[in-house]
Amino acid sequence: MSSATEVASPESVSPVRAGRWRTRVEEAILPPLIALLIALVAGDILILSFGQSPGSVYRMLLEGTWGNAYGFGQVIFKATTLIFTGLAVSLGLRAGLFNIGAEGQLAAGGFAAALAGLLLPGATPTLIAVPLAVLAAALAGGAVGWVPGVLKARFGAHEVIVTIMLNFIVLALLNYVVAAHLHVSETLHTPEMRAGAVPRFSSFLEAFHGSAANITFLFALVLAGIVAWFLFRTRGGYDLRATGLQPDAAEYGGIRVGGVWIRTLALSGALAGLGGINYVLGYKHYYEEGFGAGAGFLGIAVALVGRNHPVGVVLAALFFATLSQGGLAIHALVPKQMVEVLQGLVILAVAAAVPEVRRVLRMRPGIAAA
Amino acid sequence: MNDPKAPMILMRRIEKSFGPVRANRNASLEVCAGEIHALVGENGAGKSTLMRILAGLYKPDAGIVEVNGQNVAGWSTADAIAANVGMVHQHFMLVPTLTVTENVVLGREPKRGLAIDMARALLEVQELAQQFGLDIDARSCVRDLSVGVSQRVEILKTLFRGARILILDEPTAVLSPPEIQELWKVLRRLRDGGGTIILITHKLDEVMEVSDQITVMRHGETTSRMKTSETTPAEIARAMVGRDVVLESIAPTPPAGELGTAAPRAPLLEVQNLVVAGPNRSRAVDGVTFSIHPGEILGIAGVEGNGQTELIEALAGLRSVSSGTIILGSRDVTLTSVRERSAAGLAHIPEDRQRRGLVLDYSVGDNLILGDQHEFTRGAQLDRQRIASNANTKIQHFDVRPADSMLPVRALSGGNQQKVVIAREMSGGFSVLLASQPTRGVDVGAIEFIHAQLREARTQDKAVLLVSAELSEILALSDRVAVMYGGRIVSIVPRADASKEFLGPLMTGASAA
Repeated sequence: MSSATEVASPESVSPVRAGRWRTRVEEAILPPLIALLIALVAGDILILSFGQSPGSVYRMLLEGTWGNAYGFGQVIFKATTLIFTGLAVSLGLRAGLFNIGAEGQLAAGGFAAALAGLLLPGATPTLIAVPLAVLAAALAGGAVGWVPGVLKARFGAHEVIVTIMLNFIVLALLNYVVAAHLHVSETLHTPEMRAGAVPRFSSFLEAFHGSAANITFLFALVLAGIVAWFLFRTRGGYDLRATGLQPDAAEYGGIRVGGVWIRTLALSGALAGLGGINYVLGYKHYYEEGFGAGAGFLGIAVALVGRNHPVGVVLAALFFATLSQGGLAIHALVPKQMVEVLQGLVILAVAAAVPEVRRVLRMRPGIAAA
Repeated sequence: MNDPKAPMILMRRIEKSFGPVRANRNASLEVCAGEIHALVGENGAGKSTLMRILAGLYKPDAGIVEVNGQNVAGWSTADAIAANVGMVHQHFMLVPTLTVTENVVLGREPKRGLAIDMARALLEVQELAQQFGLDIDARSCVRDLSVGVSQRVEILKTLFRGARILILDEPTAVLSPPEIQELWKVLRRLRDGGGTIILITHKLDEVMEVSDQITVMRHGETTSRMKTSETTPAEIARAMVGRDVVLESIAPTPPAGELGTAAPRAPLLEVQNLVVAGPNRSRAVDGVTFSIHPGEILGIAGVEGNGQTELIEALAGLRSVSSGTIILGSRDVTLTSVRERSAAGLAHIPEDRQRRGLVLDYSVGDNLILGDQHEFTRGAQLDRQRIASNANTKIQHFDVRPADSMLPVRALSGGNQQKVVIAREMSGGFSVLLASQPTRGVDVGAIEFIHAQLREARTQDKAVLLVSAELSEILALSDRVAVMYGGRIVSIVPRADASKEFLGPLMTGASAA
């Protein structure tokens, strides 16, 4: 306490200000980086236990992903969905809400987009069909997110329980609808949509040939920018973050905390739902059972590693996409499940390291005052 | 047992840092056997840190700690207890559903085979209580005890573990005046029975009343050491703050006659038969009626936990009302939201600024718009320019230090955090102010400033409801004093009729004479 007043003396204000940005960046980036390092070291040991050299495995992993246009395209494709679900989870966490329902919201969004594409007449211009399909995805995901929000605000039901349970309900319901009414025989997917497809990168950049990367990626980047703007520049973001940091203070400041919960979980669900368009509008043009393949759950890891900041989320999504695509590339040397183990290690390390590292950072003289 | 000249406890050149905060620097302390030693200083002066080092809770970065001539720096709590040093914490650590005896022997139960020998435990506890003159029924359930008696149980627990050097951390914070007197008796008996007591406090009247020796700390350093019989409150205050201080709490000046001019005008706040449910009681506020007129400060005295928190929260719109009405100006606001009440002229300094009043990770500038954030927008966006200019004006006017609107509020001292709250609440066009514990945990300089602000509000014909655990603060500022006990207002009297002797018994539930 006493030295806070010292820092406070007028002469020392400017160094405080100068150090503040560095401190903030350090505090935000160091913990995940250290966690990453720990995970990589553990990964090295694992690779050695398979009798391979870590250096060559990692080289192969990088060559198979960022080393060629196809691999890079696949990384981009996988990262796109993760950006959406990562943004969804991080928006919730900013408001103090743990949305574990991104998996179900993602599926609902993908289904709604496919359905919109099916219902629209084939001659619908792209400029109308795509926005409608996108809107359908957001609304469907948002509706699934809204339910736990209302249950929490009205009845105090914990959102973690409700979102987990809703995953089962939503996925089972969609499976039933598709299996009973909409599937193409002998498959688990709906018919191809008549309108609303978006172009792949390969249609104007030949190098991307064969990869599923599409312009949804650009939409995801724009959306990350919008989420950042909303969180840090608008009054809605002010209320949302205050609710997450100190609900009692938010209430005192005239913010209706229950309303923020409902809106945030609906928005979070909408973001996750939008993730469905990457697969449905950009790649297969139909809804398929299990297309999310865990991207909703991996969104939690993306949000954690990305420190709930949209920029961090984009970087973390690219990282996890690289691991997941890289798993295929290194299959010759080590089992591709190695990569899943590595993912698990990163998540564990981040979960363990973040508070620890923060505490260590605070112990360093001259840093935490800012 | 020791050479009376040699200090029993000797701490020298103690250094202890928490990150950038140097809680102790060159701190020292000498305590002789058989004395009550007051360790005084403002909040954040490093008193508790120094005592936690002595009790083995923290390890010092540097320095000497000697107990009975043995160097014990960096010892553990177990070592400390073995050497008869025990700390009585500010917050009780008792199991409410167990009896006094069970609580006292917890962890050191006398055994017979595998079972606890309750008969022997009871006997031992009763003997110990008698030996030190602690008036406690060892059979009663802790849940049924008053705060004052619970504290005695806490002391007994420490004694049971063999402690004869007792450290008490702000023991009077939750006690009513008669309970405080009772505590002093206990401490004197402990001293006369061969015990040594270190009393951490920032209240000068307590220091003068009960201590034999005084050590003063400021900014982590020991600034002076004196004998109580040879010093004055003013001298102690100077050592605490580093300059002369107006000690209004020692010489309260009741604003005589002002009430007479205020009374005929319509009240700004009227509360009728208010009933509010609390976390544990359905009638935490149990039928409260009062009104406050323009230019009046109504002080609510009472031991904490008698419904003051629930009353204030209900008035602010943070807690729903079971029955009764709240009239602000001429408008019934009983069912309205926080924001509507704020628009109707209500300002609120909450009792817990770190939980309620501030978003600690938000900047000073962002905190200065909390509650008014809807007024600082341009479209959907926050208007950063106006937020910054609003912050700069208020920081300057209320002398918030450091004068940096971008700094997170967390980095400010307690007094400056409270200034941020006050700057926000008291610069708008409010008519009624709820001020709950407005000076809790702030330094003496900031207390002066806050009191001046409250008086200024009265001068401007605002109505102020002041809730404070410090009776001296209530007496120094209020025009009328209400006493709250068990959720009811048991008495409202003009300041002139309110004395500590009159209010003290009321605060413990004795009916008004």
